Amino acid sequence: MGMRVISSTAAKLVAAAGLAAVAAYATVALAGPNDNELVVEGQKFVTDVPGAKDSPIETVYSGWRFRNEATQAMQLDDFDNPGFTSVETGEQLWSTVDGEAGKSCASCHNDAAESMKGVRAQMPKWNEAAGKPLTLEHTINNCRTQNMKAKPWKWESNQMLSMTAFIGLQSRGMPVNVKTDGPMKAWYDKGKEIYYTRVGQLDMACSGCHENNYGKMIRADHLSQGQINGFPTYRSKWQKLGSIHRRFKGCMKNIRAVPHKVGGDEFTALELYVASRGQGLSVETPAVRN
Amino acid sequence: MAKVKPRVKVPRKAEAGEVITIKTLINHKMESGFRKDKKTGEVIPQKIINKFTAEFNGKPVFSADVRPAVSANPYFQFKVKVPESGTFKFTWVDDDGSTYSTEKKIKVGG
Amino acid sequence: MRVTRRQALGLGAGATAVLIAGPLVAPAIAKGQTADDAIKAFTGGAEAKSGKISLSTPEIAENGNTVPVSFDVESPMTTDNHVQSVLVLADGNPRPGVATFHFSDMSGEASASTRIRLAKTQNVIAVAKMSDGSYFMDKRLVKVTIGGCGG
Repeated sequence: MGMRVISSTAAKLVAAAGLAAVAAYATVALAGPNDNELVVEGQKFVTDVPGAKDSPIETVYSGWRFRNEATQAMQLDDFDNPGFTSVETGEQLWSTVDGEAGKSCASCHNDAAESMKGVRAQMPKWNEAAGKPLTLEHTINNCRTQNMKAKPWKWESNQMLSMTAFIGLQSRGMPVNVKTDGPMKAWYDKGKEIYYTRVGQLDMACSGCHENNYGKMIRADHLSQGQINGFPTYRSKWQKLGSIHRRFKGCMKNIRAVPHKVGGDEFTALELYVASRGQGLSVETPAVRN
Repeated sequence: MAKVKPRVKVPRKAEAGEVITIKTLINHKMESGFRKDKKTGEVIPQKIINKFTAEFNGKPVFSADVRPAVSANPYFQFKVKVPESGTFKFTWVDDDGSTYSTEKKIKVGG
Repeated sequence: MRVTRRQALGLGAGATAVLIAGPLVAPAIAKGQTADDAIKAFTGGAEAKSGKISLSTPEIAENGNTVPVSFDVESPMTTDNHVQSVLVLADGNPRPGVATFHFSDMSGEASASTRIRLAKTQNVIAVAKMSDGSYFMDKRLVKVTIGGCGG
């Protein structure tokens, strides 16, 4: 028991030191997003929008604006963007027959450029049959198990990431536009609660970094607003694409909290809430980050 | 691991003697040989792309001997002065002995 | 056997000595050549002068896994006078070798770009071997930020 008291105190000290470090850096103020423009193949992306009326943040910024030019450059050209190898794999999977029904995605949805346009921008989306909002990953696996009679893909598998990247690309440049009213309201509220609830040994909430201190340095990292408009995102750290829920999980581990289940209701609610905080930003899938 | 698939970007046409830029990228984990398996604690053996070559009409024009310090999904950009129309052949050699290659045609002049 | 406190201390000192000696000996085997060794092997002992080659890297790498590096060597790139190869090294990595690029008289320009892994803040070094047997070198310090965060 004695140990527990000590470790909890220690944790608070670490947390205090961490916040002090944030505060110290804040005064040094490398601060803020940079002013670079994200233009890919002639297409201009919206990387800042005024926060909504009830938004706690004045200007909503894409995470791209918080990266340095070396990282930013990798997203300026689709060839240089390493996420595109997965997009190509996804494109092949789109028309690959799988499962007992003998169907591929293309059997029903034909040309993804038409049928999948705007899909990423609206996720997570209410699904009447499921009685809850579904993420893009859930929706793909529903299609696989129910319509294709195929095995579901694992959340973080290469197939799933390739497919979410390929489908996401069809919405690239479109504004994030998730619904938060009607039956989504309860999920939005739940996500919001998770966003502001302090958890873990470091006793931190999402808002502590991504709302109160974005633009500042947390040790050597330039804090973004934690926007998710570029997922699945190619991260240097991962050396591959990763899902929104993987990123949430990583953040929770950093604050020494027990992460919620990937694909579970908590992360789905959080995904909805975080997506809503980025309404109006262009979908950047597949984005590149550090 | 996902299927290894090379990507290359070569202009479709060029003037005779023009110096063109070629970009290549291949999806490969580039297992460095320095990482340990989190569960067993054993070192994961090195498995990288160790060689990249570019040939034009059968003649070597550019190559790279590659070490584990090259990032996952190795990316190479380089220049070539094209004298005539022809075909580029790009080859990547894996530590496991497999090779991946792809070809691109370029039209010069006319 | 009863171990006395003195013996235990002695044992401890011995163990410490091994621990200290370990790293002194081990790197020579594990790391193999240093960046200087690699340069000497590449130039055959000839001096690598500054000039002709210019290396560009970011000053700060947000993550050491993907650091863009490019170089450009001044040369007419003719059959008689061209850059044969360029050695790229990272002097603070467990093994300094990154890649060796080979050019030809069809290269037009001796330049290339790639993305490399840097284990920590260190120098990236590029050495060019010219067809006349001369060598040129450039060096850039890259600060690799080890995040407090970054999930």
